[in-house]
Amino acid sequence: MKPLESVNEFVVRFANVNGTGSASANLLFAKSVFRMGIPICAKNIFPSNIQGLPTWYEVRVSEKGYIGARGDGVDLMVSVNAQSLAEDVACVVPGGYFVYDDIKPLPAELARDDITVLGLPLTEICNREYKEPRLRQLFKNVIYVGALAALVDIDFEVLKKLVADQFEEKKKLIAPNVHALELGYNYARKHFPCPLGLRLKACDKTGDSILLDGNTALGLGAVYGGATVVGWYPITPSTSVIDTFRNYAAATRQDPETGKNNFAVVQAEDELAAIGIVIGAAWNGARSFTATSGPGVSLMSEFLGLAYFAEIPAVLYNVQRCGPSTGMPTRTQQGDVLLCAYASHGDTKHVLLFPSTPKEAFDFAADAFDLADRLQTPVMVLSDLDLGMNDNMSPPLVWNDNRKYDRGKVLTAEDLENMKEKFGRYLDVDGDGIGWRTYPGTHPTKGAYFTRGTSHDAYAAYTENSDIYLESMRRLEKKWQTARTLVPAPETERKGKGRKRGALYYGTTMHAAREALDRLAEEGTELDAMRIRAFPFSKEVEDFIAAHDEIFVIEQNRDAQMRSLLINEFDVNPDRLVRILYYGGKPITAHDIHEKIVRHLKDGARSQNVA
Amino acid sequence: MSYIIPRFRHPCTAPNGIGYTRKDYEGALSTLCAGCGHDSISAAIVQACYEMSVEPHLVAKLSGIGCSSKTPAYFLRQSHGFNSVHGRMPSVATGANLANRDLIYLGVSGDGDTASIGLGQFAHVMRRNLNMLYIIENNGCYGLTKGQDSATADVGSKTKSGQANMFSPVDPAGLALNIGATFVARSFSGDKAQLVPLIKAGLHHPGFALIDVISPCVTFNNIPASTKSYAYTREHMSAADVVDFVPAAAKYGADGAIDVKMPDGATVKLRRLPDHHDPRDRAAAADAVMTTRERGEVLTGLIYIDTDHPSLHEMLDTTETPLRALGEKELCPGAKALEAINRNAR
Ligand SMILES: Cc1ncc(C[n+]2csc(CCOP(=O)(O)OP(=O)(O)O)c2C)c(N)n1
Ligand code: SF4
Ligand SMILES: [Mg+2]
Repeated sequence: MKPLESVNEFVVRFANVNGTGSASANLLFAKSVFRMGIPICAKNIFPSNIQGLPTWYEVRVSEKGYIGARGDGVDLMVSVNAQSLAEDVACVVPGGYFVYDDIKPLPAELARDDITVLGLPLTEICNREYKEPRLRQLFKNVIYVGALAALVDIDFEVLKKLVADQFEEKKKLIAPNVHALELGYNYARKHFPCPLGLRLKACDKTGDSILLDGNTALGLGAVYGGATVVGWYPITPSTSVIDTFRNYAAATRQDPETGKNNFAVVQAEDELAAIGIVIGAAWNGARSFTATSGPGVSLMSEFLGLAYFAEIPAVLYNVQRCGPSTGMPTRTQQGDVLLCAYASHGDTKHVLLFPSTPKEAFDFAADAFDLADRLQTPVMVLSDLDLGMNDNMSPPLVWNDNRKYDRGKVLTAEDLENMKEKFGRYLDVDGDGIGWRTYPGTHPTKGAYFTRGTSHDAYAAYTENSDIYLESMRRLEKKWQTARTLVPAPETERKGKGRKRGALYYGTTMHAAREALDRLAEEGTELDAMRIRAFPFSKEVEDFIAAHDEIFVIEQNRDAQMRSLLINEFDVNPDRLVRILYYGGKPITAHDIHEKIVRHLKDGARSQNVA
Repeated sequence: MSYIIPRFRHPCTAPNGIGYTRKDYEGALSTLCAGCGHDSISAAIVQACYEMSVEPHLVAKLSGIGCSSKTPAYFLRQSHGFNSVHGRMPSVATGANLANRDLIYLGVSGDGDTASIGLGQFAHVMRRNLNMLYIIENNGCYGLTKGQDSATADVGSKTKSGQANMFSPVDPAGLALNIGATFVARSFSGDKAQLVPLIKAGLHHPGFALIDVISPCVTFNNIPASTKSYAYTREHMSAADVVDFVPAAAKYGADGAIDVKMPDGATVKLRRLPDHHDPRDRAAAADAVMTTRERGEVLTGLIYIDTDHPSLHEMLDTTETPLRALGEKELCPGAKALEAINRNAR
């Protein structure tokens, strides 16, 4: 088997033990590739454990700009975990490379003659070089990055600069880290034919892109969007959204005179209280949000229904993880689409936003407040673990300093004073289904009303009159139609003349789907494509479905939830919407999507369950 | 329906210090059963706010679900109200208070709302010492769902159905003392003379104030064998301290009372009864609650007070300006700051 040869197009995977500090070393590798101008996609596959279980980090290098998971095996495996040796050897593609800590020789039964095996005496080098066990552990990771630099031709200066940046505040640590990199680098240069067939070459394909995790983007978006009150309860994978908000708010939101905080974060006793805090604050005029994941949304459902019916803005970031129930808490899925769309009993529905990149996560995090205030209803941003906890390549974050927060329809004391007609909280005076609200304490004698989850008339008074109830339910439906025109429109991703087939996808499925559709196009199958960015669906989505005979709905859950939502909202013939699903908990791959669409096209018939 | 509006209409229609009459503190017509204890509590709230010259629009009324939780519609018409979901008023009040620290927060809840479905939120709002007055209208049963036992029913206490409760009761006052509430009182809906000054003191208290008010449910839980009935409560009440509330401006003579100064200058005067505890001593207060309960008595009055403990806003060190009043200028770090973030992410 001829060893693989490729410049700037390959997949490297690191196999580590959780809790051994490998994350920062692996990031060092990823960032150095990125700084050489080569697009990357970095994915963390980690266990629900603090220490000891296997964890993987996969870096896809792609000058072509394919930054979704590729799938279909690993080209270069760096194995630093004896526990997962067998599966790590097995996933290397024929012709690939296997670098491992050769503290023990590779067991005979794992030997493969179709891959190149390189034994790196990591433990031995560490033991020789460092006395303290802690240092041995720490630098072992840095040493393999050094070796890799030689093996795939990373610009060593880039690496050194990265280390210097990383330890800007602890300069003492720069030299020892560079030394460890050199240990690995020199060993590899001396003992292996460097570089390998897989190698890097600096290029200029990253432009002004950044590498950022989606949770950081959400947390920053909340700060920029003007959130002041946060109620939350810890849950993987959403927790770092709050950490980001709190840290960044602490750094930028202190009152210049008193040093006091222009924000308040409360770790609640559970998610019921977390969303209660959000709703209470929003009712009282503050921008407020919570961040959670599936189990939290389940608990919040009753309150979300109250906010829908009593028309209170509330912002919720759901960083989806793999369900049902506790499921696989550290694996990804797009499994909460239906839960969030219809959270709570009765005829309830909610505005959802689906970001695909960190930039979009940042934008939507901030936009969610404008939308919630304008529409006076909960708005949920549906991220997922893949976007949230991986460093994703993204366009840079931007903000327009002229932007004003849209606080929606709120009457001031002056407005109330000048009002001729009687104030009615739920009166549809503008014909868009949205009434005017007042904040508590606005005016001594005007504008007070009673907020309730029970049926109410236009003046917020309790009623069990069917006609009045129907009127208010219809008005909420009218408001929903208004929402359709305000939420982010879908992106037309591919469009040709008269194509009868199309694809719909959303969120983190985007990168892998784009690549799969490129491959299909190369093979002669051209599909149109649209990326859904919000629920309720805009008219464009309806038109896209109408314009195609067969539409592949690509998503990461078992039950084809987005497909169900489309069928439910548009009365489309289900036969026209083909399920393309992956829901194993790892990010969906281009390989997988491509294969499932090809299989469907070949089988011709309705192989509806392409899962 | 009780149509008890006339009860709120006191012969005295004189305006108070800010020119409002008692009527300005009333609400919509009550739809509770005639004689329900909850209506008397609404009346006491009206009286307290009128006498204190509270500006009604600066009060936010919050509640959960239950007959008791309906009552915010029946007082303070000019205040915004929020009838939330069952057992979760504390979290809504927490968010509301964080958004605007300048309003007065008045929460009304039932014993089911507080001690069963909402026990968690009740406990945690006390831990955080949220600045609010929390009134439990405690009838020992679920009024709105027709008389089931609540968690505050005493062992052996019988509801109208004749069934005796077997489960150990939650004593909201005892729990509050244990968990760190900084103002703990108990009263009786039938004793306005005690309840009104307690409400005034609770509204002034600069932290979490609890008043657990025994409030008989005349429809489902007012038989003599119920320990939350009018008859039983009247017979077994033991007043910890006679409370008098003196606003900041008023003058009063030295009369051997314990005076608790409020940060806003007002004073709560506690006239100690011979063998009672010092209400500034948490352990003694907890002891008094327990011993009276063991004697089969209901300890009422101001049981405990600590006005020095920091409130949630103080602990979070939030700005004096209501958070909801801040705009882009204070809240948004701007485009320049974002450039630095982008730079670090390359
Ligand atoms: C989630 C939920 N479960 C159950 C109910 C039904 N429910 C309404 S009021 C109530 C009990 C109220 O009891 P309490 O708080 O003591 O108020 P009271 O009516 O006695 O004043 C219950 C169980 C509800 N509204 N919501
Ligand atoms: S059922 Fe009981 S608690 Fe409810 S209104 Fe009637 S008397 Fe009051
Ligand atoms: Mg009750």
